[in-house]
Amino acid sequence: MNDLEALAESAIKAINDAVSLAALDDVRIEFLGKKGKITSLLKGLGKLASDDRPKAGAKINEAKETLQSLINTQKQSLEDTALDARMAEERIDVTLPGRNSAVGGLHPITRTMERIENFFTRAGYQVATGPEIEDDYHNFEALNIPAHHPARAMHDTFYIDPQTVLRTHTSPVQIRTMEHQQPPIRIICPGRVYRCDSDLTHTPMFHQVEGLVVDTDISFADLKGTVDQFLKAFFEADLPVRFRPSYFPFTEPSAEVDIQCANCLGEGCRICSRTGWLEVMGCGMVHPNVFDSCGVDTEEFTGFAFGMGVERLAMLRYGVTDLRMFFENDVRFLEQF
Amino acid sequence: MKFSELWLRECVSLDTDTSGLIARMTMAGLEVDGTEAAAAEFAGVVVAEIDSTEAHPQAENLNVCQVSVGDGAAVQVVCGAPNARPGLKVAFATVGSRLPGSVEIGQAELRGVSSFGMLCSAAELGLSEDDAGLLELPDDASIGANLRDSLQLDDTIIEVDLTPNRGDCLSILGLAREAAVLYETTYSIDAGEPVKSSIDMTFPVSLSAGEACPRYAGRVISGLDIGQATPSWMVEKLRRAGLRSIDAVVDVTNYVMLELGQPLHAFDLDKLQGGIDVRYAHNNESLELLGGTSVTLDTKTLVIADQSRPLALAGIMGGAGSGVSAKTTQVFLESAHFNPLVIAGKARQYALHTDSSHRFERGVDPQLPERALERATELLVAIAGGQVGPVSIQEDLSALPAQQNILFRKARLTQQLRLNFEDGIVANILTSLGIEVTDVTDEGWHCLTPSWRFDLSIEADLVEEVARIFGYDKLPVGTPSMPLQTAVDREVITPLSRLKKLMVGRDYREAVTYSFVDEALQQVVSPGVAGIPVTNPISADMNVMRTSLLPGLLAALKHNLNRQRSRLRLFEAGQCFQNGHAITHNELIAGVITGDRNPLGWTSQSEAVDFYDIKGDVEALLTLSGTFGRIVFEPEPHASLQPGQSLLIKDNRLNTVGYVGKLHPNIEKYLGVNQSIYVFELNLETVVRGELPKYVEITRFPSATRDIAVLVDPDVSFETLRDIIESSSVDSLTDLKVFDVYKGKHIENNRKSVALSLTFQHKSRTLSDEEVSLAIDIIVTALKEECSAQLRG
Repeated sequence: MNDLEALAESAIKAINDAVSLAALDDVRIEFLGKKGKITSLLKGLGKLASDDRPKAGAKINEAKETLQSLINTQKQSLEDTALDARMAEERIDVTLPGRNSAVGGLHPITRTMERIENFFTRAGYQVATGPEIEDDYHNFEALNIPAHHPARAMHDTFYIDPQTVLRTHTSPVQIRTMEHQQPPIRIICPGRVYRCDSDLTHTPMFHQVEGLVVDTDISFADLKGTVDQFLKAFFEADLPVRFRPSYFPFTEPSAEVDIQCANCLGEGCRICSRTGWLEVMGCGMVHPNVFDSCGVDTEEFTGFAFGMGVERLAMLRYGVTDLRMFFENDVRFLEQF
Repeated sequence: MKFSELWLRECVSLDTDTSGLIARMTMAGLEVDGTEAAAAEFAGVVVAEIDSTEAHPQAENLNVCQVSVGDGAAVQVVCGAPNARPGLKVAFATVGSRLPGSVEIGQAELRGVSSFGMLCSAAELGLSEDDAGLLELPDDASIGANLRDSLQLDDTIIEVDLTPNRGDCLSILGLAREAAVLYETTYSIDAGEPVKSSIDMTFPVSLSAGEACPRYAGRVISGLDIGQATPSWMVEKLRRAGLRSIDAVVDVTNYVMLELGQPLHAFDLDKLQGGIDVRYAHNNESLELLGGTSVTLDTKTLVIADQSRPLALAGIMGGAGSGVSAKTTQVFLESAHFNPLVIAGKARQYALHTDSSHRFERGVDPQLPERALERATELLVAIAGGQVGPVSIQEDLSALPAQQNILFRKARLTQQLRLNFEDGIVANILTSLGIEVTDVTDEGWHCLTPSWRFDLSIEADLVEEVARIFGYDKLPVGTPSMPLQTAVDREVITPLSRLKKLMVGRDYREAVTYSFVDEALQQVVSPGVAGIPVTNPISADMNVMRTSLLPGLLAALKHNLNRQRSRLRLFEAGQCFQNGHAITHNELIAGVITGDRNPLGWTSQSEAVDFYDIKGDVEALLTLSGTFGRIVFEPEPHASLQPGQSLLIKDNRLNTVGYVGKLHPNIEKYLGVNQSIYVFELNLETVVRGELPKYVEITRFPSATRDIAVLVDPDVSFETLRDIIESSSVDSLTDLKVFDVYKGKHIENNRKSVALSLTFQHKSRTLSDEEVSLAIDIIVTALKEECSAQLRG
């Protein structure tokens, strides 16, 4: 039996000394292989007396199992070391920037218009669009703005010819919609509009989103609620909103809508001309003359309309201080959105 | 309109301060634009009288004045003003006083003579720009009084931005009337007494155009001393309304216009011939206006004429030939009502905008002419003396604007505002506004609108009046309740917003450029395409509507290139316009790229973009919308593109719907750009319309892929190879990709090598190697026969 113990001892040493998986496998073959030294001992059991065989066999098997277990442990250890070495080798500078990460961006006007459109389409409004070169009828006459009406001075108009203009608002889209569709109507009309005016606070082209709701029992209260909800949602803030009487030829009653100046919270500052309020929208109940020009029965139906300047809202939302930046397309500006 | 707050308060008692008044007016629809102090800050200036003046011993332009301030002792002041004279009441800045701009007045020595204070001009007090001489105070100004009290300078000038419908508020009378409603009080304007005529002189008036001028009041005032100074209280009120004092006649007519809202005009009677006629102008008649400009008239322009010539543009501006001058001694005063529709647009037509036209085109109360004439007479005679002739009035009563009868239904009011008002509240509001309630029935109020409200003609107008006075902020808030109707969403149409997001994902920035562009640039970019000119462009380089998005995008590119940005990728979507027999609107999307393919980074070398970068972007757009399969790329030239790097994009009926390629070098040169630019433009209507996906069963049998490389002549395009392969009747070919194109070393005869990856698959069985090899043979043979391709070893 001393043979077995000595053999096991030398096997253990060999296992522990194996520094590679190949060397370890050699050790396994040397001792536990088909012709291995321990395996041979089993084969030599036949020479023993039959009474001694079971005991000796058990001892050899025990040693065999012990060695196999040691080999497994050593194998795992060698594999772990090898993996650690490989991973160490594959170590990289993960702080370097990723590949192809460049993305562009939407223009802030588009971003703002999409935000407005999304609000209203969630509420069941349809998006309607129309031509930017309009006829005088749809831009003015049908909207209760006859030729030479003083209200025309509110719209400095670009002309293509005496009967054709660059639309001064998106309201002609409301007319075109009502000409072709009977109420109920719930639309918003986003788009470019043009006025012949250029200074610090005016560009000759800008964007509007107008809305129109027509049905059998639409009231000024509905208008107030709709506008109030929209403005609070747009600015994601419980802003005070106020309606004050104004005048548009195409609505009666008409209102301007102010929000409390977010900069001074109503105290009065430069941004709000010390009034504490910022004008953001115009709105009102659709004027009966407008319904008449579109063949909508003014006794059966009532409606409201509203309109807002997209640049104005974008400036307030993103803190843009110079209107003209929107049309310079300087990428240092565009990259901020 | 600017007005003095104190003037308003003279007419109506308001239980509020300035900021309260401003807020209330604004919330009633009379938006206050701003306020300013009536006078700059100064202190220590008193009313003084010049007792004597004598020439300064050392300086011939200076006088040494003795002035008294009421406490007995005379004060010596050196003064250079030409109008310094004994007996004159002046504004005296005493020693220790402070003038605008924090100028401290102290004792001074002027060329050896002591001066104890300063006599002030209007300019030095910040009251006007008049620095020609001392501010002359009225004789009744009390000596020693603080000047601020004497001239009521502690006042606020309020500027109200009136909407075009509220012409009735373009006067103190109108504002007081409105304020009285808002503060539930009464107002009164000093109407004066009608002036008894002292002479019989009249001047004949006839109304040839009675429908345009249904009321014309006039009178002669003779024996005027026009040199008399306008009293300072009137000058101050005019100044605070933004008007300069001119002479007694002009000041009085302006004052009455501000006070009552009725524009008046004074003719020099000695310059009139025969009689006044209000008529339309004859074609090409000309008229020289006050101020010297001449206008050529048309037959739709109303004029005031005499026997021989037009004298004035009715309701807009008087003529130079009949105006009041320093020599005038007798005037004919006009106070008329003109139909707003006749005046509207005329001021604009003649590029004039006057206080008079501003009021007449909005509508002036037809009841005012006689009252205003009496008021003007009273004031003028008080200043300039004179004898007054009788008032003569010519009228066409049938043409006077009618007050409107409106049935104001309770049900409509309730529906519109969603509020049940007490009847009394409504009637009170209506009555306070001057709307006469002639009858009240169960249905509603029968209303007669006041003569001064040209904006009240239908029921909705009265709804607004009630809402406005009641307060918009007190009206209920709700939301519409409407049947839920959900519109059909057309799935085959890819929304523009998705295409834009794809572009953003491909590293494009969205630009928004002006729809009007420089015609010269547009002609370079799109030669021969007729643009639509704007009649009144905002500037010469924005004079024509864009036919393409490229001019705007290229200008934006250039803007950024000039600012040290060399890698740029911009796109825009929007309407473009073309002139045919009708104007067409095309919705386009376009992109421009230049500079490096990737931003500077450590993973790739910097390489400039080329044709295939932008073509890839176009292919991606078409693929996203599901249009790619129906689109044909034709290698044809385009005016904007460099020949040989130019593709026209056509739909399946071969209509051109876009293009992609390298910008023509001539355009780069025109732009002054030294790097290659690649561009595309597509008609959105075509691009957004795809097809509904239709499921095709996925075969479970494996596919086989073989790569081949063929040598072909350099002008054989990939498309040619693809067409040959696709028509070579190998049904099992399911995919064809090109993975290398090589020219150069190891290839003879200047040919090129094209490496193709071919994938074969059968729906119902696994293809054998032999079958795949056979297919390859067929393809290679076809390529050999049709384009002399050689299989590379």
